[in-house]
Amino acid sequence: MGRRTPLHARHLAAGGRLVDFAGWEMPLHYGSQIEEHHAVRREAGVFDVSHMTVVDVHGERAEGYLRRLLANDVARLEAPGKALYTCMLNERGGVIDDLIVYRAGPGWYRVVVNAATRGKDLDWMRRQAAPFGVAVDERETLAMLAVQGPAARARCLPLLPEALRAAAGALRPFHAVHEGPEGWFVARTGYTGEDGFEIILPGEAAGALWDALLAAGVRPCGLGARDTLRLEAGLNLYGQDMDEDTTPLECGLGWTVAWEPAGRDFIGRAALERQRGEGSARVQVGLVLEGRGVLRPGHEVRTPTGPGRVTSGGFAPTLGRSIALARVPRGTGERVEVLVRGRHLPARVVRPPFVRHGRVLIELDEPDTAAAEGGKA
Amino acid sequence: MSEVPEDLRYSRTHEWARADEDGLITVGITDHAQEQLGDLVFVELPEIGRHCEADEACMVVESVKAASDVYSPVAGEVVEINETLADSPELINKDPYGEGWMIRIRPDDPHALEGLMDAEAYRALVEEA
Repeated sequence: MGRRTPLHARHLAAGGRLVDFAGWEMPLHYGSQIEEHHAVRREAGVFDVSHMTVVDVHGERAEGYLRRLLANDVARLEAPGKALYTCMLNERGGVIDDLIVYRAGPGWYRVVVNAATRGKDLDWMRRQAAPFGVAVDERETLAMLAVQGPAARARCLPLLPEALRAAAGALRPFHAVHEGPEGWFVARTGYTGEDGFEIILPGEAAGALWDALLAAGVRPCGLGARDTLRLEAGLNLYGQDMDEDTTPLECGLGWTVAWEPAGRDFIGRAALERQRGEGSARVQVGLVLEGRGVLRPGHEVRTPTGPGRVTSGGFAPTLGRSIALARVPRGTGERVEVLVRGRHLPARVVRPPFVRHGRVLIELDEPDTAAAEGGKA
Repeated sequence: MSEVPEDLRYSRTHEWARADEDGLITVGITDHAQEQLGDLVFVELPEIGRHCEADEACMVVESVKAASDVYSPVAGEVVEINETLADSPELINKDPYGEGWMIRIRPDDPHALEGLMDAEAYRALVEEA
């Protein structure tokens, strides 16, 4: 039996189909993954993401530590509450994990890492922390809900602690407000391509918030919808689109690497500099399948410049067709073929994201097949 | 608990088959199968006129989760396919034994269904899993 979040009984009560995810019993869906996906694009959905690992970094030299540990630069977080998306690299420039770091207060940063990489992340973070004398503390008693969708913030605000409400309502994207390390922590961030909040809160308060959100018409959504939403939004999934043998330059995350100031010696910098000079041989692209069928992770991609591979793929409910993220040789043209169940199917190369804030951002050149459910939104 | 109608026959690979009055056999996937697959997004059916062997993978259903072969429970000629599934694969999720039917077959052997499981045996198979 896996680990359970404080909302386990509520998932069962809501008809959740529970599956193992990184050692946790988590809801895959509550009946229809596709309807949950549409709810987030059109209105509001709530995800229990309490399995994610919240890590607090405390210490006078916390900033110096994170500037060494992370490929993006926390010195860019001028204002308290500001957040940054970044990779944590090994010496070879490979991605140990991707994470969000918040500048929470004086000498305090909050980091949220993936559940599947929890152990190795904590080991690595603690090993690197020693010379800086900072504390790296996992916050296991906190729960986390992601409330996402165009109506998400409006539905959440009345349910937040009164002391935070006004500040939460005024949050700009990628900013957070909080009640201190033990209390509520509300961030305008997410993993769906829609507006919304990610709310970290004491585990014992999570049930009441969940109940109130459902009563306010927010739909419970599972990991399945979370995956198709993030894929449409062109957001990477660790372990699929990147791993320790992939650099940020090879998985579409070059924009998260802070090269300036040139003197900042973050872990992996030397390896990345070499690759940047030579140009990485492999790059990430988006694919749109032209006809019927579904692209899946592992599918082989045939390009004029050599073979590639689908890293994430699936059916995109908003588009009514299949899309993918793929790693291919640099200089691949606009058209490729993907080997799907023994057949080479044509796919178009596009630049992700595919969908953001409910809007389709890529050309769909075959409107008749896009008329499937969701294409009409 | 998924639905297992009494009047149908079942395969070990989670297809159902029904003997119709016109001598044809209607085939689909079971409620249990659609539940396991999750939302269906794509269905591939054989051409009309094709001959399928028993247990031959002659259909494919793709869900949000995975692609799965669907096997013909009996040998025979495909005489009708459910065209509406091309645009509405979700019919299989909503009504697996009704509007979500997949193909109709003229069986080589009119007694072919006798080799399949009845509802009780299929229910036991599903509960065991």
